[in-house]
Amino acid sequence: MTALVIRGGHLIDPAAGVDAVKDILLKDGRVAEIAGPGKLKQANGAEVIDAAGLTVAPGLVDIHVHLREPGQGYKETIATGTASAAAGGFTSVAAMPNTRPVNDSPEITRWMQAPERGASVRVFPIAAATRGSKGEAINDYAALKSAGAVAVTDDGYPILKDSIMRETLAAAARVGLSVIQHAEDTRLTQGASMNAGPTAFKLGLRGMPAEAESGMVERDIRLVTELRDARAHLHVAHTSTAAALAAVRQARRSGLRVTCEVAPHHFLLTEEHVGMYSTNAKMNPPLRSAADRDAMIEAILDGVVDAIATDHAPHAIHEKEVEFESAPNGITGLETALGLSLRWLHKEWKMPLGRVLSLLSAQPAALLNLKGRGTLTVGSFADVVVFDPKTEWTYSARDTKSKSRNTPFDGWTMQGRVRWTISEGRVAYKAETC
Amino acid sequence: MNLTATPARRQIHPPQVPASPFPYNPGSLLSASDLTLDEINHLLTRATVLENQDPLTRDRILAKRRVALLFYESSTRTRTSFELAAKALGADTTLVSSLSSSIEKGETLKDTGLTLRALGVEAIILRHNSSGAPWLLEAETRLPVLNAGDGMHEHPTQALLDLRTILAHLRPGVKAVTAETLAGVTVTIVGDILHSRVARSNMLLLPRLGARVLLCGPKELLPELAAQAGPGIEIERNFESALRQSQAVMMLRIQAERLSGLQLDLEEYKANYQLTGQRLASQAPEAIVMHPGPIIRGLEVTAGVADGPQSVILEQVRNGVAIRMAVVERALLAGHKQGGRA
Repeated sequence: MTALVIRGGHLIDPAAGVDAVKDILLKDGRVAEIAGPGKLKQANGAEVIDAAGLTVAPGLVDIHVHLREPGQGYKETIATGTASAAAGGFTSVAAMPNTRPVNDSPEITRWMQAPERGASVRVFPIAAATRGSKGEAINDYAALKSAGAVAVTDDGYPILKDSIMRETLAAAARVGLSVIQHAEDTRLTQGASMNAGPTAFKLGLRGMPAEAESGMVERDIRLVTELRDARAHLHVAHTSTAAALAAVRQARRSGLRVTCEVAPHHFLLTEEHVGMYSTNAKMNPPLRSAADRDAMIEAILDGVVDAIATDHAPHAIHEKEVEFESAPNGITGLETALGLSLRWLHKEWKMPLGRVLSLLSAQPAALLNLKGRGTLTVGSFADVVVFDPKTEWTYSARDTKSKSRNTPFDGWTMQGRVRWTISEGRVAYKAETC
Repeated sequence: MNLTATPARRQIHPPQVPASPFPYNPGSLLSASDLTLDEINHLLTRATVLENQDPLTRDRILAKRRVALLFYESSTRTRTSFELAAKALGADTTLVSSLSSSIEKGETLKDTGLTLRALGVEAIILRHNSSGAPWLLEAETRLPVLNAGDGMHEHPTQALLDLRTILAHLRPGVKAVTAETLAGVTVTIVGDILHSRVARSNMLLLPRLGARVLLCGPKELLPELAAQAGPGIEIERNFESALRQSQAVMMLRIQAERLSGLQLDLEEYKANYQLTGQRLASQAPEAIVMHPGPIIRGLEVTAGVADGPQSVILEQVRNGVAIRMAVVERALLAGHKQGGRA
């Protein structure tokens, strides 16, 4: 494999505590050398990327994406989803198991990682916690882990039964896997299509109460408490309510292994953005109240949130061009996460760049124990994003690499344009303007 | 310990909510809140003019213009009065209902709308079981869309005909309405507010003219947050107390088709909220009694009250034709110098 030098960029590697201009040599898919400008010893003959004036950071890590394969290639394929990831600066994506069929087997887990899928960046399958994600019988986690699964979840089909969730947490802990829960007490959300509250009442839509999320998080934390000695790890997916965050905050103070992620749409948008039934503002969990949204921002700035994850959920245009109540849940997010995080968390709310990048790389990688990802030290994977931190640009859903364009952020101003995304030493994305 | 309270330490300026692009078509009537006071006046005036006009000249106003009635739910009053209204102005109407059309075969609302437009339809009157459907149809076809009831959301022409009925009784002779025309008037809406599009449109429209809207019903059918839907809306759970304050009482049907698992003790409901002759005589002997229909006699109102002297229920139905003539005319002539409106 050829060698690649990234020259003169400002390296920000929060996990390694680096924030300085560096030259980086990538070789055989790994970081081979990092040195001050012009000081690389082994760079002879390597292809050079001139990153002067640009930020160089560990490739971003998204622990919550839906790549739709197997089974729903008309929405997205692993090839198009990872191309979209690369365009957004992501080099690692963890793929949810709600595929057709559900990824509840080592075979499907391996199939998703096979070279034939044509992935541009690394795909880490998250396997179903229970058979067919039906919440009844738990899967063989040891076999799934050895096939490459990095966590288990029944995302979208939350595990309601206490006994099954307890067994899931215990069994996953035994093999060292995290359990990710989409926290929603579905008994409280039947027929609902947005957040419960005055906006839902006005729009004549049935609402999902915040308690459907926070109640499930509280139940799960209770189970983790009971399993304290087993060191069970609960990760709360796409946290959207102040009450759920408060429960996570409290669990952490008690020393429990409870982590959480927040999606950009939940720290930027509210139920008001549903407007007059915009199906691109329909997702689950739904956009919440302004107080909830503000709580997301606070928790991100305070460090309670462990990761920004997109919940990239592509749907074909025709599926979203329907009555609001009939439209499927979900929006795309891989190409807008960095631009929105820099525009709002960094520029508007003054979060240091290193901390923003950490939420998008080092922390999520650590959370799912993705060894050698989320940092750029010698020997780690050559997963790199090179971006222009100051450039403001307008996102156009039309230009997406994804098969779908169901985003509420079409036409939004982004900050920080990705110039190169390098996955294990190969250029996975290169901006056309370079 | 209150776990949900996170002290706000920073001033956060979040992204703005963009302004609504609706309505795309100036002839559309999607929500009661889309209408300015001028437009409300215009529609009330035109309703009276058209109602009194010679049918032989009236039917030239929209002669041979094409209007589709697209109905995904059953309807007697709304469908018939829209159809009679459009025909009275000379328009050709065609009815497409979810049964006996390609909707049964899975054709989407978008495709149905585009098909109607391709057939030369110039305005679509839509009744749909899903809240928000008229917005989708308007965005996709850009035709004038008249909302004839969408799910639990709105029914703006019902609110207009209710307004016409209220004005006729409580403000007879008023020529032009203003923001104070109904000052001092309390209109109580009783019953299944949660599932009612009639309630939502009325509670948005009537306060614009200065009326106070009282909502009355049990918690299951009337959540507290209903009062936040707009200005001039209050909740009074005690029916007798609400009646004593009312000049108009609007009774609603329990929408069994939308209860969705909600358990309701009908005997208890009747005991607390049925409008009986005794309740009416003792608490609101002067008030007009309204109902958008269909009535379930013996449930929300007794037969005696429905047929009684305070009932204006059939007058509401009659006003429906007049109001809908004005609304259909506006749909097709909006933006043109016609019917007294630029």
